[in-house]
Amino acid sequence: MKYVDEFRDKERIKLLADNIRATLDPDREYRFMEVCGTHTMAIARFGLKHILPENIKLLSGPGCPVCVTPTSYIDKAASYAEMADTIIATFGDMMKVPGSRTSLEKVRSERGNVKSVYSTIDALKLASENPDKRIIFLGVGFETTAPTIAAAIKEAKTRGVSNFFVLCGHKIMPPALEALLKDKDVMLDGFILPAHVSAIIGSRPYGFISKEYNMACAITGFEPLDIMQGIYMLIKQLTDKDPKIDIQYNRVVKPSGNKLAQAILKEVFETVDSEWRGLGTIPGSGLAIRKKFSSIDAEKNFKIPPIKSTGKDKGCICGEVLKGIKTPGDCRLFGKACTPERPVGPCMVSSEGSCSAEYLYK
Amino acid sequence: MKKILLGHGSGGRLTHDLIKNLFLKNLRNAYLSNLDDSAILRIGNQEVVFTTDSYVVNPLFFPGGDIGKLSICGTVNDLSVCGAEPLYIAVSVIMEEGLDMALLGRVVSSIKKAAHNAGVKIVTGDTKVVEKGMCDKLFITTSGIGVKSRKTNLSLDRVKKGDRIIVSGAIGEHGVCILSSREGLNITSRVRSDCASVNSLVAGILKAGGIVKFMRDPTRGGLATTLNEFVDGRRFGIVLDEERIPVSSGVKGICELLGFDPLYMANEGRVVMIVSKKGADKVLKMMRRHPQARGAHIIGECVGDYKGKVCLNTSAGGLRLVKMLEGEQLPRIC
Repeated sequence: MKYVDEFRDKERIKLLADNIRATLDPDREYRFMEVCGTHTMAIARFGLKHILPENIKLLSGPGCPVCVTPTSYIDKAASYAEMADTIIATFGDMMKVPGSRTSLEKVRSERGNVKSVYSTIDALKLASENPDKRIIFLGVGFETTAPTIAAAIKEAKTRGVSNFFVLCGHKIMPPALEALLKDKDVMLDGFILPAHVSAIIGSRPYGFISKEYNMACAITGFEPLDIMQGIYMLIKQLTDKDPKIDIQYNRVVKPSGNKLAQAILKEVFETVDSEWRGLGTIPGSGLAIRKKFSSIDAEKNFKIPPIKSTGKDKGCICGEVLKGIKTPGDCRLFGKACTPERPVGPCMVSSEGSCSAEYLYK
Repeated sequence: MKKILLGHGSGGRLTHDLIKNLFLKNLRNAYLSNLDDSAILRIGNQEVVFTTDSYVVNPLFFPGGDIGKLSICGTVNDLSVCGAEPLYIAVSVIMEEGLDMALLGRVVSSIKKAAHNAGVKIVTGDTKVVEKGMCDKLFITTSGIGVKSRKTNLSLDRVKKGDRIIVSGAIGEHGVCILSSREGLNITSRVRSDCASVNSLVAGILKAGGIVKFMRDPTRGGLATTLNEFVDGRRFGIVLDEERIPVSSGVKGICELLGFDPLYMANEGRVVMIVSKKGADKVLKMMRRHPQARGAHIIGECVGDYKGKVCLNTSAGGLRLVKMLEGEQLPRIC
């Protein structure tokens, strides 16, 4: 298939693997974190760890939106789902995420009012098709998805749609990376930075990573050849002692990003502190709907009884996995009590989660 | 309180657990314990093969087929891959109050045509109507019987290291066709369902004799799930070559776009089989002469390592495990 097969060319991948081998120091360990869940999945699906030298360790980061969505958010969504005349519209991945007392999948089997949608526009359509119901869309995701939700919020406001609401759980990436870098348990040499988040924000917001923390960074695409080249760039930066923000994925990512998307994000959302599953509350890492659009903000419009969210599940180490401190195989629940069909932790729920990738492909 | 989830109908792990822990536990006997799509019953000197299947596909009509054709082909295929000649089919129909009569007429003529093409007779049936909202338009259950020659010995016990895996054509067409026909996705594609009866193809293959060791139709759960059923608890594994697995560009494109894996997408007119190493080329040649198997390929082999596992040499040059489908990839595809 054009524009796909070229990036999966076995010979070129092998060539890059040879270059990586020739450039690296065979006596040292290289610890790179692929921040984005789609990278984790691609690395597993194409069996890339099998091709790379053994002293390169790839660790999965906090870039899977479902994985870092806290229990309290699921609990809130489930409570909204239990209100009369309400339909919850969500991306399918959220269905199985366990909350404190239930999951959206279970609510759906009992009440039938949780619908999977493929875009916010579908959720808006649901609102116009069901004028006697209120539609609450679960706004989850990073800078990649947030602009589309911002656009839907603007559209709903302009059109005066009165039954469309968003439960906003959006997060932004740079503050989370900074929190990771400040954690002294986290040991890394470089980041494979997200492709599509960077298409929106550009490369500049990551500048502090190489400047203040001396880390190698490469904004990398999702195809096997992209990932191999990204890793080569990281090795090269470390060998040359020249940490910087390389853009491997330059067919899509510009240093200044997508200005249109940045503008709509700024117009609709403001940054707030936000809770990440496994990482705790990170200052300035979340997006909340601005006052101007509060008529669409589910939390401003519906009061639900306070929920006592329980802490993390007994034995689940997703938090440490998200920081790259532990690997899925270190968890005693992995593959036994916790499988993709009966997930305990969020890293097993999402198809982009590191536990799920490890379970499916290794 | 435990409830049935959509995932219980996926054909993957939850379905298996439900069948084992509830149905098999209560209804166990020598036939049911095999947990096969069809039961092989010994009656006098004959081997009679018996199967049943329900169809709840949404939408009812899709490029390449409809619920009527699917309900006949599915049952014909379950009998065929067990080595039987399909003969008689029973059809039961559950209709929702308010169903369009003309639509029902189209489904019935489609059933007639599919039965005629497969050379089977519809010999009995039943109809029920439920109140509006109590079922989604139309559900069909078909049961079928066929007879099997005692000479045909299809068994996983005969599989040896080096045996080849052959698939009869491009995979994932039915699953992707249904996916892109669904409302709400707004995808236009030219992918047509592979929905077809495979009895004439299989009858031809069986003429090759003992070199054909086992076969199945990889429906719900796709090729990956069927191959995992082959190796489950066995003393051999399977290694596939991603580059040799036939996938059309339409299927590839939609799977790339939506994040699906063609290995897990349903087929409704394909056969996957294990053939002896020596006989593989001969069988492949025979198959390619049949209009339904022009795109047949040898896609992998049975190995002594990786016992009970399916592995894939990826197109990128890596190696990974291929597991059984977990959870629902897409509900109500058949």
